[in-house]
Amino acid sequence: MEEKITLAHGNGGRRMHELIEDLRIQFSNKILNELSDAAELSINKNRISFSTDSYVVKPLFFPGGDIGKLAICGTINDVSMKGARPLFISLAFIIEEGFSLTQFKKIVHSIKQEAKEAGVSVVTGDIKVVEKGAADGIFINTAGIGIINYATSIGGRVKPGDLIVINGTIAEHGMAILNAREKLGFKSNIKSDCRSLNLEVQRCLNVSNKISFMRDLTRGGLAGVLNEIAGGSNIGIEIYEKDIPVRPPVKKLCDILGFDPLYVANEGKFICFVDAKDARRIKKAMGKTSQIIGRVLPSHKKEVFLETKLGAKRLLAMLEEDQLPRIC
Amino acid sequence: MCLAVPAKVKSIKRDRAVVDFGGVLKEISLGITSGVKKDDYVLIHAGFAIGKVKEAEARDTLRALEELKKVL
Amino acid sequence: MKASKIKLMEVCGTHTMAIARAGLKDVLPKSVELISGPGCPVCVTSQSDIDRALEIAGEKDVIMTTFGDMMRVPGTKTSFEGIRREGADVRVVYSSLEALNIARNNPSKRTVFMGIGFETTSPAIAETILEARRQKIKNFFVLSCFKLIFPALSSLARSKKIKIDGFICPGHVSVITGSRPYEKIARDFKTPCVITGFDEIDIIQGIRRLIKQIRENRYEAEIAYKRAVSPQGNKKARKILTLVFEVCDARWRGLGLLKGSGLKLRPKFEEFCAQREFKVKLPKPVKVKGCLCGEVLQGIKTPRDCKLFKNKCTPQNPIGPCMVSSEGTCAAYYKYRNRG
Repeated sequence: MEEKITLAHGNGGRRMHELIEDLRIQFSNKILNELSDAAELSINKNRISFSTDSYVVKPLFFPGGDIGKLAICGTINDVSMKGARPLFISLAFIIEEGFSLTQFKKIVHSIKQEAKEAGVSVVTGDIKVVEKGAADGIFINTAGIGIINYATSIGGRVKPGDLIVINGTIAEHGMAILNAREKLGFKSNIKSDCRSLNLEVQRCLNVSNKISFMRDLTRGGLAGVLNEIAGGSNIGIEIYEKDIPVRPPVKKLCDILGFDPLYVANEGKFICFVDAKDARRIKKAMGKTSQIIGRVLPSHKKEVFLETKLGAKRLLAMLEEDQLPRIC
Repeated sequence: MCLAVPAKVKSIKRDRAVVDFGGVLKEISLGITSGVKKDDYVLIHAGFAIGKVKEAEARDTLRALEELKKVL
Repeated sequence: MKASKIKLMEVCGTHTMAIARAGLKDVLPKSVELISGPGCPVCVTSQSDIDRALEIAGEKDVIMTTFGDMMRVPGTKTSFEGIRREGADVRVVYSSLEALNIARNNPSKRTVFMGIGFETTSPAIAETILEARRQKIKNFFVLSCFKLIFPALSSLARSKKIKIDGFICPGHVSVITGSRPYEKIARDFKTPCVITGFDEIDIIQGIRRLIKQIRENRYEAEIAYKRAVSPQGNKKARKILTLVFEVCDARWRGLGLLKGSGLKLRPKFEEFCAQREFKVKLPKPVKVKGCLCGEVLQGIKTPRDCKLFKNKCTPQNPIGPCMVSSEGTCAAYYKYRNRG
């Protein structure tokens, strides 16, 4: 049977990474080979962070945001993680014939508001309308450009002993979306954590020049992203279950549906790898909800471990398949 | 074999109840459990209350491990 | 003190998962060995039951509904996820009542619910069928693949292939059944049974009680999960269950045909029976060479004994059901490996 693209090719798990690797080989160049969410470019001695992303979230409107807000935050965050200050955004719509104009206006309004709050300008764009059935409502693509400042930038590489700091509670976006999309009928104050992180990132860069790496925790959740970093940077990582912040209702909904919050997507969370000396400082810059959750190991390259509340250490594997609500 | 999570009964209307899992509310069926009253705790499995449950008391895991080692 | 290891079987897959997730095996005394049993409904569902469900889902104007657990389980040729990609209408539900709602909202289609699970789940489905009758919904059908846990427990306790010193019994099944049915197993097979909850501390306490019984040469059914389980269980749930279903023989993956271990709809509810409504032809079953799921489900082998494990058989490309089910023993071993 002919092999087909499945949802697992886009879920942040192993199959997606295999597909990305195939593409990387075809277009191989020094910048792409970094496989980072944003490319770091050098143009006339200016260092630039450049990124693109497409937004296909369902439902379009969800507790805590909508596809428009997400399209701005997501790209701003990708650009920011290079230690850059995002400045310019491109905005392209693919809209299915018959889509509600009122909804479209609502989405545009959130884009406008989020861009304003984050201090970025939408400078170019495109609209395509396709026949009914050729797209599902509306898809958005954005690209973003930011400047990396020499004085405050990410220094060095991830090294053993670096501590990992997170800026807050995990799994909110994924659980909010799931409940809204699957109409599971759970009522709660769980909201998507969707927001722009550029100002928080700037605060971190202002207090330390010993940050070795930053990443936002989107698809694949904390566990997925840590595995990507462990693989990409050829390091071992250990995190501590007791220190990973999860809001109680989010944890509850995960328990009810049999989900592991470590694998659930976020849209407003990032982690900082930082020299142990500066970890407290970064934690402070990240704000009240932040937490030191783990460290880089001198051994066990490419592997991620979780120290459980009982003190046992087990492998934290990459997500294999999307989680589904289960009864067992 | 079966995930079931305790929740508190907030309100009852015939054989349906709204339960609170702790910040997460859901309408569930009381169809297979008798004698459930408002403010009772019930175990929820696949959208049904399968039985009443008492609130778990706070317990110390490490002490339980020590006690286990004692009986060996 | 005996030198040999104490072998305890956690019957329930949710226990297997909780133990693996917490890393409990690492912190338990080395003299205690935990063996995983047959209590994962996905794992013990026979190939032919899965094939039948897939064939039914492929029929015209059918909406197939099931719990998320079943979506990726491979039948002989494909899985629910596979046929959904090809255009079949397969939907994941959290509750069977959602499946009934789907039936009500789609009167021109036939909605089928594939029912898997043990005594915890089957009364809820029985009640859903009663509700369907009350609401006069005629396009709702249940494919009953339910299993009863006690025949499987007896079969394992009787087994000559493995000596189990005690059963960590499933807390949530016992909410329905109560502790009484375990008394006979404990007595007849001289194997202590302790009904255990699912928090780490519950499991530790359950294990402690089992060891205490073993040390004192007692063979009793004990409840270590008193906040939820009583000796008599949930009588109303059992009454509804026996009103709608009757006991039948059933085929278990790994254990084979067990007498009186399954449930089928009683004749007066046969209008809801998917097997009666849909006459489908099943593909010829192919036995997978080298797959040890059968032995793993009986606790005779561990996943590490299987040549396919981690090699050809991974959660991405599962060959046996113990790898497919997220609470399957192989999946738990794969996902929660210890630090090497």
